[in-house]
Amino acid sequence: MDRTEENRLPGLYIHIPFCKTKCPYCNFYSTTALGCIDAFLKALAGEMALYPERFPHFDTLYIGGGTPSVLDRRELETLFKSLRHTFSFAPRAEITVEVNPADFDADRFAFLRDLGVNRLNIGVQSFDDGVLAFLGRRHNAREAKEAVAWACRSGFDHLGLDLIYGVPGQSLEGWLEGPGYAATFPVDHLSCYQLTPERGTPLGARCQNGEFDLPDEQSQLDFFLRTSEFLGRFGFLHYEVSNFARGPGAMARHNRKYWDHAPYLGLGPAAHSFDGKRRWWNRKSLARYLEDLDKGLAPVEEDECLTPDQLRLETLFLGFRTRRGIDIARFDRDFGSDILSEKAEILARYTQEGLIVIENGFIAPTLAGMAVADQLALI
Amino acid sequence: MSPEGFVFPDAFSRKQIFCRWPRKEPGNEYVLFMKSIRNFSIIAHIDHGKSTLADRLIQYTGVVDARNFQDQILDNMDIERERGITIKSQAVALPYRSKSGAEYTLNLLDTPGHVDFSYEVSRSLASCEGVLLLIDAAQGVQAQTIANLYLAMENNLEIIPVINKIDLPSADVERVIEQIDSELGLDADLHLKCSAKDGIGIEEILEAVVERIPPPKGDADAPLAALIFDAQYDSFRGTVIHCRIFDGTVKPGDTILFLHNKATYRVEEVGHFLINRQKTDRLTAGEVGYIIAGVKTVSDVHTGDTITHENRPCEKPLPGFKEVKPVVFASIYPIASDDYEDLAAALDKYKLNDASFIYQKDSSVALGQGFRCGFLGLLHLDVVQERLEREYDLSIILSVPSVRYRFTLKDGTVLYVDNPTEYPDPLSIAMGEEPYIRAVMMLPERYVGTVMKLCMEKRGVNSTLNYTSPGRAELVYEMPLAEVIYDFYDRFKSVTQGYGSFDYDLTDYRESSLVLLDILVNGEKVDALSQIVHRDRARARGVLACDRLKEEIPRQMFKIAIQGAIGGEVISRSTISPFRKDVTAKCYGGDISRKRKLLEKQRKGKKRMKMIGQVSIPQSAFLAVLKTDGD
Repeated sequence: MDRTEENRLPGLYIHIPFCKTKCPYCNFYSTTALGCIDAFLKALAGEMALYPERFPHFDTLYIGGGTPSVLDRRELETLFKSLRHTFSFAPRAEITVEVNPADFDADRFAFLRDLGVNRLNIGVQSFDDGVLAFLGRRHNAREAKEAVAWACRSGFDHLGLDLIYGVPGQSLEGWLEGPGYAATFPVDHLSCYQLTPERGTPLGARCQNGEFDLPDEQSQLDFFLRTSEFLGRFGFLHYEVSNFARGPGAMARHNRKYWDHAPYLGLGPAAHSFDGKRRWWNRKSLARYLEDLDKGLAPVEEDECLTPDQLRLETLFLGFRTRRGIDIARFDRDFGSDILSEKAEILARYTQEGLIVIENGFIAPTLAGMAVADQLALI
Repeated sequence: MSPEGFVFPDAFSRKQIFCRWPRKEPGNEYVLFMKSIRNFSIIAHIDHGKSTLADRLIQYTGVVDARNFQDQILDNMDIERERGITIKSQAVALPYRSKSGAEYTLNLLDTPGHVDFSYEVSRSLASCEGVLLLIDAAQGVQAQTIANLYLAMENNLEIIPVINKIDLPSADVERVIEQIDSELGLDADLHLKCSAKDGIGIEEILEAVVERIPPPKGDADAPLAALIFDAQYDSFRGTVIHCRIFDGTVKPGDTILFLHNKATYRVEEVGHFLINRQKTDRLTAGEVGYIIAGVKTVSDVHTGDTITHENRPCEKPLPGFKEVKPVVFASIYPIASDDYEDLAAALDKYKLNDASFIYQKDSSVALGQGFRCGFLGLLHLDVVQERLEREYDLSIILSVPSVRYRFTLKDGTVLYVDNPTEYPDPLSIAMGEEPYIRAVMMLPERYVGTVMKLCMEKRGVNSTLNYTSPGRAELVYEMPLAEVIYDFYDRFKSVTQGYGSFDYDLTDYRESSLVLLDILVNGEKVDALSQIVHRDRARARGVLACDRLKEEIPRQMFKIAIQGAIGGEVISRSTISPFRKDVTAKCYGGDISRKRKLLEKQRKGKKRMKMIGQVSIPQSAFLAVLKTDGD
């Protein structure tokens, strides 16, 4: 059970919208026009300048994308310079950068560490060449293993890997070899995602056309439960639907802010922000992003002001994704409710079905409960 | 809106007609006046073009400015327009100058077009002297063509057969002429042809109405006798009574008497229908118009009743009065019990304009407080449900519809039961009876076998079959109404590929071996799903009900066990497995808004279902248990 205190200071997310190739399953925004990096960094600095008053202080920084690792040393330096110049970060802020094994370069990755990055997240996805080919990744298994091995020796406080399961034809045992291998390294964080063919992606289209079948509900559940059990034996805490931490200090502090409903600022094209009441998101196009900032305008596409009812729903579906669950006292305070008595019947039923456990001031999902977290949120 | 190349004749002033008040003078003023009136209706099988033809007649006579015209203006309820049917009767006075130069008032009475409303049709027809019998040139004579013809003949009306839709490529006018002769027994030489859609043949029709439909007869000085053929509620003026004056004269200030319920009222206003109401100083024998007399609700007005003067009543009521009786019953519940008051208010308002809809308070263990309602048929039920949901923005659930059964108990008491929750103690029942109908079906010969099978599946008996013309059969069956109310018509249409037509009349109650089928969901009896069924069909019905519910009830977070039981004995069951994985793999900053919107939508959908125990049951489930095999 996760008992760590939640940290509700804001986090900062930077979206690097560049990739060398587009993976067929990914629906994050990026472009392969790498020639625009300089222009982007310049515009980004301008965007940063719009926010220090509202967000003076952060305790996490997460650089994602796209592929942050396509930036070379000079570009990385520029980026971090702008960041430190504009914002202030807590002394022990968690600073994460996502990297692609295909871009592995000992020099450059070491440089990241020197810039203050204390958490490296490697997009491995799989240690199996067949699966990597299906997923359209740029690297192969050997490169992945090399990158991981090097990263372990390189002085980052925390190391995380992304892995994907539920690929057609993949057996449970075949899948578990991946996390099993990762666990032999001092990797202290794993994200294990079930493959989800998203609408608007090439993989999504192929799935729609019936070119391949996804695992059925029972299989999905099996993968989910067995992975949890398997990693548990290696000391990994299954603290969120797709995220595992070897020890409470290893949890991804920045991502936890999303599920804890803490505020965060997102900069760069397509990035999302939340200040506790409002959500807003940037243009999903580098061109529009650059255009807006050129005119000195915030490149915001849309925003929404959340009603208490909407905030309540978010708290529930985000909370039920985590083993920690919903903080009852905070929930009742924030939404003027008495959830234990208002929803007594359904909560009793779910407890009976083994989907939730109510104790120590939390309504926490069991493992089976996390698997149906979305429905739980509809109470 | 007017068809290409269609020229409107000049409309002459409405005032010219209505300024000629019959004055009590020696001479033939009244008679001359009546001679310029024609009261007629258009009758037809569904979709044969009645409303379009009515539109054209209205356009042609210029009652409405072409610019302001809205197609099918008489169908002014959205739902009617959407379904292409007419539910309320309407009347409109068409000013017409014939070829010979004489001026006429042609009163067109529009009638409901569905088998559920045949009594209203008959009273509208009783207010006329003639009808245009409209027949689709491609489809030919259908069941309701004949049914309506019989109604017209019962009322001794002049019948003008009109073949419509001659513009269609599939039109076979010769065949229809032949049918008019052989199937309808009318003089085929007297037929007319038209295309209402293209505006062809309209003038000929109007001329025929003038020439061939007799003017009304009556005595304006005799005691008042007016036939009520409809009533509508106007929120400013109260109930507006639509009537045909047979004898006498009625004016504002008169005190009128309804012969059926003996109620008296003071007349506030009388007038004619010209799309909108136009008041006048009196209505007299031969005319069609309206009376406003401080009548509070439409339920106080009975279609078919006779209006006369209190101080000089007519001797006897006009013939043909019948109390309209609902035949299908169901209970309506608000999905959220907080909405009960809103539902009550909505039903009150709805009833203002639907006298045939009845309701009273009711409650269900499963669904809470609601109302038990009576309908003329399932179409009527459908329309009511849709109007309540749409116009009054209510989320409602209807229980399984039922017909009214009759039980004779051992101690001699006779009970009418249309609510399964009132099913009497089986030990006390001496005899159970159910209502039967006589169904008349017209269909091509090749479907006779399948249809007979269908009718026998529905416990049909005493069939007669005759071939009205080569390849066309008329099949008559007596069947229990309960077997027919839900999906008989749809299945009939399906097995005859649309070529079959169906009409029915209630006949009598017959003894039947009845039992009560209960449905339990996770061990809890859901009284709103109970049905009274025939003993021989009970097990099969139970199995089907369980199967249908399994399809209709969405999977939930726990197992759902559905059982069918008769008198405590479980006779069927099905199980819905819980779903066990739904959560999405990723949920980071950029996913939250979209995910929340998805869940908001799901939550909204859940709200439209009723929670029974912890199981969410959608409205569709309640009707689904009535479905039978072969769907």
